[in-house]
Amino acid sequence: MSTGHVVEARDLTRTFGSFTAVDHITFHIDAGEVFGFLGANGAGKTTAIRMLTGLLSPSAGEARVVGHDVYRECEAIKRNIGYMSQRFSLYDDLTVRENIRLYGGIYGLSRRQVRERSDRILDTLGLGHAADQRVHGIPLGWKQKLAFSVAMLHEPRLVFLDEPTGGVDPITRRQFWEQIYEAARSGTTVLVTTHYMDEAEYCDRISIMVDGRIGAMGTPSELKSEFRTQSIEDVFVRLARPPAAAESAQ
Amino acid sequence: MSSLAGLLRKETLHIVRDRRTLAVIALLPIVQVLLFGYAIRTDVKNVRLAIVDPAPDHATLAIRGRFDGSEVFHVVAVLREASDLEPLFQRGSAQEAVVFEPAFADHLARGLPARVLIITDATDPNTGSSRLNYASAVIQDYEREIRTRSASARIVPDVRMRFNPTGESSNLFVPGLMAFVLTITSSLMTAISLTREKETGTMEALLASPLRPGRIIVGKVAPYLVLGLLAALAVIVEATLVFRVPIRGSVLLLLAEALLFILVSLALGMLISSRTSSQRVAMLGALVGTMLPTLLLSGFIFPVESMPAVLQWLSNIVPAKWFVLIARSIMLKGVGLAYLWQETLILLFMAVLLLRMSTRSFHVRLA
Amino acid sequence: MRVALRRIGVLAWAEALHVVRDRATLAQIIIMPLVQLIVLANAATFAIRHTPAYVVDLDRTQSSRGLVNRLAASGHFRIEGHSASQHLANEALLQGQVTLALTVPADFEASLVRTGSAPVQIAINAEKGSAAGIVQSYARQILTSYADELGAELHPRMTALRSGTGETAPGRGAPRIEVRTRSWYNPDLDYRHYMVPGIIVALVTMIGTLLTAQNIAREKELGTLEQLNVTPITRGQFITAKLLPFWILAILDLTLGLIVGRLLFGIPVEGSLFLLFGAAAIYLVVALSIGLFISTLVETQQQAMFVTFFIMLVYLLMSGLFTPIESMPEWVQALSQINPVRHFVTISRAVLVKGAGPAEIARPLSFLALFSVIALTLAVRQYSKRAG
Repeated sequence: MSTGHVVEARDLTRTFGSFTAVDHITFHIDAGEVFGFLGANGAGKTTAIRMLTGLLSPSAGEARVVGHDVYRECEAIKRNIGYMSQRFSLYDDLTVRENIRLYGGIYGLSRRQVRERSDRILDTLGLGHAADQRVHGIPLGWKQKLAFSVAMLHEPRLVFLDEPTGGVDPITRRQFWEQIYEAARSGTTVLVTTHYMDEAEYCDRISIMVDGRIGAMGTPSELKSEFRTQSIEDVFVRLARPPAAAESAQ
Repeated sequence: MSSLAGLLRKETLHIVRDRRTLAVIALLPIVQVLLFGYAIRTDVKNVRLAIVDPAPDHATLAIRGRFDGSEVFHVVAVLREASDLEPLFQRGSAQEAVVFEPAFADHLARGLPARVLIITDATDPNTGSSRLNYASAVIQDYEREIRTRSASARIVPDVRMRFNPTGESSNLFVPGLMAFVLTITSSLMTAISLTREKETGTMEALLASPLRPGRIIVGKVAPYLVLGLLAALAVIVEATLVFRVPIRGSVLLLLAEALLFILVSLALGMLISSRTSSQRVAMLGALVGTMLPTLLLSGFIFPVESMPAVLQWLSNIVPAKWFVLIARSIMLKGVGLAYLWQETLILLFMAVLLLRMSTRSFHVRLA
Repeated sequence: MRVALRRIGVLAWAEALHVVRDRATLAQIIIMPLVQLIVLANAATFAIRHTPAYVVDLDRTQSSRGLVNRLAASGHFRIEGHSASQHLANEALLQGQVTLALTVPADFEASLVRTGSAPVQIAINAEKGSAAGIVQSYARQILTSYADELGAELHPRMTALRSGTGETAPGRGAPRIEVRTRSWYNPDLDYRHYMVPGIIVALVTMIGTLLTAQNIAREKELGTLEQLNVTPITRGQFITAKLLPFWILAILDLTLGLIVGRLLFGIPVEGSLFLLFGAAAIYLVVALSIGLFISTLVETQQQAMFVTFFIMLVYLLMSGLFTPIESMPEWVQALSQINPVRHFVTISRAVLVKGAGPAEIARPLSFLALFSVIALTLAVRQYSKRAG
């Protein structure tokens, strides 16, 4: 399946006992895209991401990430991706610099590279004064931006962001998205999950998951015209309603 | 009342669903009773004996024959020179050595003292001394036999172990084991469970609910009380069935005292959890504050009599010490409350005191 | 290779920072062992002094009084009561006022002179547990050595009696064995020299294993493990990085314990400390790997603690630390061969108390080396970066 897509999934499925968390999803993402994975909590977004990042084995289906098969080559995948989870990305009791040094070392960057990039990140984010402060004391908004920078530290081709903007005000969220755009501009592919429907507008393409299946996929304007709504939120509401109203697009 | 029942149910479910912890709690008494019943012994057996016999003669061979045939000793080496002994001892291959002098039988025949040196590895002083006694006894037995007229005296002790005539060591450790197991279920688990609620923030939710604080405490703690009773029963059943440990006194009284001890332990667990909101610290506190004293200072394994005065005094404030005393008396002597009222009162006092302290600190946190 | 070392290095360093900055862990490493060591070393002894005893002397001869004096002078016993009433003795036993009651029958001395042997009765309060056995042992020792003395003292009377009955008296030519005894390695018979090295081992093991077992479980609980699992770090590198800081800490703990043991309790250091630490280095790999292995099997810190505690307890009780392995049944002794604690206790006692060298500890050491490979491999293989 070497078609040059950065992410490619076909009938990707994951069950837990009798519960199907991800139900035969098929999609692809191209280089440089900012792809949004939307859906309610429990719709299967996080499970899908965990399969694509090699954290969870799929139950069935196929997927390739950065050209590697998720079943057999997941370690190769990990070398080329970045990841930022909603629960955690940085160690609270380590300082900003210590966190950067840790991940830099793990991804095989030389000490000089780590130092250079570390300075650059601190400079860009304006966190120079907090370099030796423990992450615990840094406000949430800055923590998130920092976490994203650390996820990008080793300049991966693809970065996964799982609900990265939870709990902050809209302005901070906007700033975060500036960072995402910056990354996309330099060629990084971004897969971001979110339950904020307004963030959907920021993406190149989105998919909306409902009960483990992809209910709709396409660019935001495509979806809005397809469902004849003014906002993605309304698209989502239409999809979430009983089958009569939903039109599946696989 | 239904809210309390709901809390009880949640707590019970929580315990039951944690299979691994439950497995440990269930296995612990079983394995421990087995261990103590079978493995933990202090009898002198399988002593590895080295013989140094520079000039074997009929006497030395006769004595060596006795060691060979003895059940206690196991001759591992016969050497010519004592200088070869050290590595054997260091390696642990030999624990005791009998060194004959070269002209042994000759001296015996001529009425001169025939010398033999017994060397024991006294790294463990008690066992070392016991081994010495056993080896001396073998030699002295030989001496008596070769003399038709004895010029030596022998005092023959007839030893009776009172209150434990079968001498089964298993009879002795069961009370201590009960205390140990109860401490784990009642103190340790309670401390951890309460702190976990604090850590995850669900405690606040509980406190914000219409449930009265008193009810919350009861609801959280009651399942552990039941668990403790079940554990106590398990130990008793196992001990009586597998090791035929007697319970000469009233089983009911024993269980009642166990209940009292459980209350004390629960209160301790609660007190510990009220001091911290980190699970790790609670674990540590419970270990040091309840586990350790129970294991060491209650008379369970190590006799309190042998400890320095300070520790003996300290053991008086260890609840387990009193419970072990009570349980041993009930099981081995068969005495009743009339005999044990003082000790019971002490436990009761501890229970009341600790319960008040822990509930008060619980309330204080709410204010 | 360079990348591997670098990964291990940065992660291990991060772990070390976590530990140092976490007060609970610091307390666990430093304070707990110290407190335990001090209490344990004083509590964990089977050497009993001043056991309360009651003597019923129905003979009232020089010999019987001599026996009572011997008992009192031994330091092992404290005579609480001395009378001719067996009833009082029984009461004292029942009440728990005395642990041992000695009854010397009315014809004690006469019997000795006539037949060379005399019985006495000893009743011991067995509910004292292990104390009872020890007390019995002391009593027997005293009786035996007193009997020897008596033999020499009463000899003239015994021979006089015998010549009276027409038997030829044994002269100086009667066969006599002179038994001398020597206690190697612990001439003062200080119980602490025996226990303290073992206790230090037990503590370091317990703490080390507990720390590593809790570690991964805690990361699972907090969710921080995921972030590491998504990096290209391998299982081997990960486990090694987890092991390293705690291994160093455990060795430091051991050092601390030995220093305290030496200063406070005067434990012997007969052999090479270098050798001991070398063996400790290998042993700790085993212990910590077991902890990590447990950590991969459990989900919460509480489970980690309970399972570790349980396993360690079994290991410790069967290691010969508290009771001699030789006293255990055959099958238990065989099982103890796969108990790493047993081997290290043997090694530490051999090196510290007996001054053993590498040749003498070769066997347990090779067991430990083997176990270290097995345990580490198990821990690495059991860890999975991918669920499901």
